[in-house]
Amino acid sequence: MVTKGIGHERWNSRLGVILAVAGSAVGLGNFLRFPGQAAQYGGGAFMVAYFISLLLIGLPICWAEWTMGRHAGSRGFHSSPGVFHVFVKSRWGKYLGVVGVVIPVVIYMYYVVIEAWCLGYAVNFLTGQINFANAGEAGEFFGRFIGAAGDGVAVGFHINQVGGFLIVVFLLNFFLIYRGVAKGIEWFCRFAMPALFVLALVILIRVLTLGTPDPSMPENNVTNGLGFMWNPEKVLVERQEAGTWTKVREVLGEPSIREAEGEAAADPALRVRTVTIWEQLSKPQLWLAAAGQIFFSLSVGFGVILTYSSYLSRKDDVVLSGLAATSANEFCEVGLGGLITLPASVAFLGVSGIAGMSTFALGFNVLPLVFAKMPLGWLFGFAFFFLLFLAAITSSLSMLQPGIAFLEESLKIERKQSVAILGFITAVGTGFVLYFSEDLKALDTLDFWVGTLLIFILATTQIVVFAWGFGVRRGLEEAAKGAVFRIPSVFVPVMKFVCPIFLIGIFALWVLVNVFGFSFTGGEPEISGYVKDLFVTPNAVAWMSVALVAIFGAFVTLLVARASAYQAKPTDLEDTHP
Amino acid sequence: MTPGGWIVLIISVGSVTVLFIWCLWLVFTAPEEPERLHGFDTHTPDEKKQAKE
Repeated sequence: MVTKGIGHERWNSRLGVILAVAGSAVGLGNFLRFPGQAAQYGGGAFMVAYFISLLLIGLPICWAEWTMGRHAGSRGFHSSPGVFHVFVKSRWGKYLGVVGVVIPVVIYMYYVVIEAWCLGYAVNFLTGQINFANAGEAGEFFGRFIGAAGDGVAVGFHINQVGGFLIVVFLLNFFLIYRGVAKGIEWFCRFAMPALFVLALVILIRVLTLGTPDPSMPENNVTNGLGFMWNPEKVLVERQEAGTWTKVREVLGEPSIREAEGEAAADPALRVRTVTIWEQLSKPQLWLAAAGQIFFSLSVGFGVILTYSSYLSRKDDVVLSGLAATSANEFCEVGLGGLITLPASVAFLGVSGIAGMSTFALGFNVLPLVFAKMPLGWLFGFAFFFLLFLAAITSSLSMLQPGIAFLEESLKIERKQSVAILGFITAVGTGFVLYFSEDLKALDTLDFWVGTLLIFILATTQIVVFAWGFGVRRGLEEAAKGAVFRIPSVFVPVMKFVCPIFLIGIFALWVLVNVFGFSFTGGEPEISGYVKDLFVTPNAVAWMSVALVAIFGAFVTLLVARASAYQAKPTDLEDTHP
Repeated sequence: MTPGGWIVLIISVGSVTVLFIWCLWLVFTAPEEPERLHGFDTHTPDEKKQAKE
């Protein structure tokens, strides 16, 4: 029996699908999260763990997803439940794919709000609304813009509020999705991704030529900014309290180090200590941060690559395409993001002005202040936030396609209907995130439980199904069909043993640290705020956020159970594509 | 910026840049499938389905 899904879309070119997948992976994390993580966890030492994680987790899961997607696509399936229906020879296999629909759709609900922040900041820079004199002004503007002061505050259509920008980006996303993978996503990415590269290169050149903007503060310069990001050894000033040494600050550059040594000589409770690369690599939290960054940056475990690669024909290459999309993401992250954000911030604000900043604080509080101090700052501020907007929209588009594919596959409906249904569902979810903006509680809760926890689960499921269920050697043979080059055989043991063990180990560490609050530095364990919000001091918004995910998950499960597309025995599925 | 920092920067940025350029070179020089040379699809999925019917 031949079971055929109803989607017959195709990518137009190899370059188009590579740009689309790269666009999906390149996002705010490349320009904001990566530099912050690298600097916080040891610069050069972080990069060692980062590249090892890329080889052991990133590339294997990426190639597995591309191969699984194309294989299922050639049998007429384009959604995550369809892919697992093909790969797991059991009638329960399709239910493993439910998570692959829930993740991208729920992430879209809050990611599109952040995307609207980026567009809003770009427009506010262009119209001269942003010209901050100090960190207080930057924080106040950001708080007002996103409605952090209270629920419902963000719902407004003034240029200083996010509401109007949200409507624009929401409609733009669905307009492009309606046009289809080739005419919508691929067409847009073919313009947006080169534009993103050009904008980033222009900003990079500007940042690297900043020198020392304020001669009265010579330690605030681009070279020290690069050192903060890339030095493999860190020089710390530490204070002894109750018998233990705790970090006071990091110092950079010979003059600052000599000054710190002078302070330490005068105060016995202070010391200046060099932390070696080996000491940093011995810390589990560094490996957790590096693996997490690779994992989230490449968009593996989102369910997106499964859907995108399902629109390839069986003669299309997946090995080079997967590697090319990965390399584009790495170039944006390491080659551009790693040289822009922190050097610019340190040049104007110094190490002490940015130490310990969260991703959002770095992006929306610190950088606007940096651009305000820069000659032609309004232009470079606009360019940078428009760059973030392009990076975000190419990612959010990719989050909608798995939902569209699933609705069309399970309900056998056309594009207009699937767009209307998914538009309604995501409008409800996005409206929820927009309204409950106080302390970003809804956004933060969804990001933790779906944007982190479920992604770990889906990625682990995928690599186990590919390497153990389908068989890693058979999987590599499948990947080799139409490939420009074969996946090296060293990846056989990596995919079968190293990657799943590494993933499960990282996941266990993540649960230990982020759920149970275990501290590697010897502090008292404290249960995560996300768990407290649900069970210790119940928070209504946190509970509603989890309920939203549960209701949507139940809806997807119901459709999977009833869909005729998934009724055929997996063993009867045949290749339906040329 | 210490000498070690420069080494890490050059190796990291250099390796991802070389990998990216090598992949682009392979993509642009690898022969395209003949059926992919027709240019951009100009119809939405619904329009294509209607045209078939």
